[in-house]
Amino acid sequence: MAPIVRVNDLRKSYASRFEALKGVTLDIEEGEILALLGPNGAGKTTLISTICGITMPSSGTVTVGGHDILKDYRAARSMIGLVPQELSLEAFETVFNAVSFSRGLFGKSRNDALVTDILRQLGLLDKKDTKIMALSGGMKRRVLIAKALAHEPRVLFLDEPTAGVDVELRKDMWAVVDRLRQDGVTIILTTHYIEEAEAMADRVAVIDKGQIMLVQDKDALMSHMGQKELIVQLDQPFVGDIPDALSAHGLEVIEEGARLRYVYDTKADRTGITSLLNDLQKAGLQMVDMETRQSSLEEIFVGLVKGDAA
Amino acid sequence: MNYQAMRAIYIFEMSRFFRTYRQSFLAPVISTSLYFIVFGAAIGSRIDQVEGVSYGAFIVPGLIMLSVMTQATSNASFGIYFPKFTGSIYELLSAPINFLEATVGYVGAAASKALIIGAIIFVTSFFFVDVQVMHPLAMVAFLILTCLSFSLLGFIIGIWAGNFEQLQIIPLLIITPLVFLGGSFYSTTMLPPFWQAVTLLNPVHYLISGFRWSFFEQADVPVGVSLMAIAAFTALCLGAIAWIFRTGWRIRS
Repeated sequence: MAPIVRVNDLRKSYASRFEALKGVTLDIEEGEILALLGPNGAGKTTLISTICGITMPSSGTVTVGGHDILKDYRAARSMIGLVPQELSLEAFETVFNAVSFSRGLFGKSRNDALVTDILRQLGLLDKKDTKIMALSGGMKRRVLIAKALAHEPRVLFLDEPTAGVDVELRKDMWAVVDRLRQDGVTIILTTHYIEEAEAMADRVAVIDKGQIMLVQDKDALMSHMGQKELIVQLDQPFVGDIPDALSAHGLEVIEEGARLRYVYDTKADRTGITSLLNDLQKAGLQMVDMETRQSSLEEIFVGLVKGDAA
Repeated sequence: MNYQAMRAIYIFEMSRFFRTYRQSFLAPVISTSLYFIVFGAAIGSRIDQVEGVSYGAFIVPGLIMLSVMTQATSNASFGIYFPKFTGSIYELLSAPINFLEATVGYVGAAASKALIIGAIIFVTSFFFVDVQVMHPLAMVAFLILTCLSFSLLGFIIGIWAGNFEQLQIIPLLIITPLVFLGGSFYSTTMLPPFWQAVTLLNPVHYLISGFRWSFFEQADVPVGVSLMAIAAFTALCLGAIAWIFRTGWRIRS
């Protein structure tokens, strides 16, 4: 099946000669959740804004559902819902009217039952007649999502959806995303919270300085590139310096000596675990427990952007 | 055509107007009544008839025009500037609509509001003076064209404006003086020949003259010239808006 969003050699330069996108090529498959990770100013929002029609591309092409975003903008934009980063809302309108307006704007006829259902899913039903200015920041974020969903988009862009949002709302939002995924909606989300990408995404794209650094399945990315750590629990807290016998292993003493942390690369020929265990025994340290842990996406990501993990 | 979008924008904009109905309806009624009390009753009783019409009645078309032009401009400019200010314009830019549909929605709503206010002032004037309309169809046509063209102008101002000061400055520094000096409250035949000639450079003068003709069959310039002037002004504004949306000037980076 052809990708639902195809970005081909997309470039965007501003009058100030700043080049926000330097030839981005990216295919997004129908029904997947793609996390777009990158530091501030990497070009995440510019990429999304260009696909959605808010920013004009300098060159390159984008198709959504096979429709070119410039030549066939009506068909392309009808498929897209956008949740922007900023809480940009008409303050004096009620929640219901604002969401209903969004549906009309995208050419869909009025459907109060559907709007009511969206509000219910987002926990906004009891606020439907409240003016937006009276809502909290988290509630406004929900309204933005409701507006983006009002015209039943096939592709949803979430630009930093959980920035400054409390834990409860974040979980609610994840539940909403999960339901949308079940309905077959393709979701592209940018985030600073790596745990969010880790929890939700099927694939991860890393963008930095206007270029895509890497696109990979999240699981593959983590197992291929990840480092693992081995935590050794000692029977007695460790006092003083690390014995010479263990100094070659680069151990880290944590929890006031109760545990030792050893980091190793799963891709390496030798993990060094066996020799570590031998050396521990030689040093006369008794283990009561041990655990291994996969390094998080965040650690991988920081490594990538620094340029030492590619 | 995305009719749903036009309808949605129109209804959304009109609801703003009705939400603030006190300000929307009461303000023009009060200010018009004050004009009638001051110019019609207090001062007007000492002024001779103008071109065979009592002064109180003579200023009715000018008063309507004054309110309609300023209301159309400010409503339309605010309607498009406000989403720019709050950032909610992202939705308009990402929606499957073209410039014509957005313009019909925003300008249509602003023109409707101005038309309603014009009608309110017209009705209010019956309480103060004896007004007759010789050419009702022409009057309605002039009124609608004025509402439309000044809403278009306001729409352009709203797109151009980068802050609230700029939003106010054109109505304040250009439109209000042009309306006052365009013969809203006097016939230009009262002026010395030099200033009569200068007034001919004021586009608003043609609108007021044509509008007054529809009331009293009395005009400073031929009514055909008035019609052509307002048609040209409307076309100019439409052309400017088409260019703005094609180039994305001030809205799409």
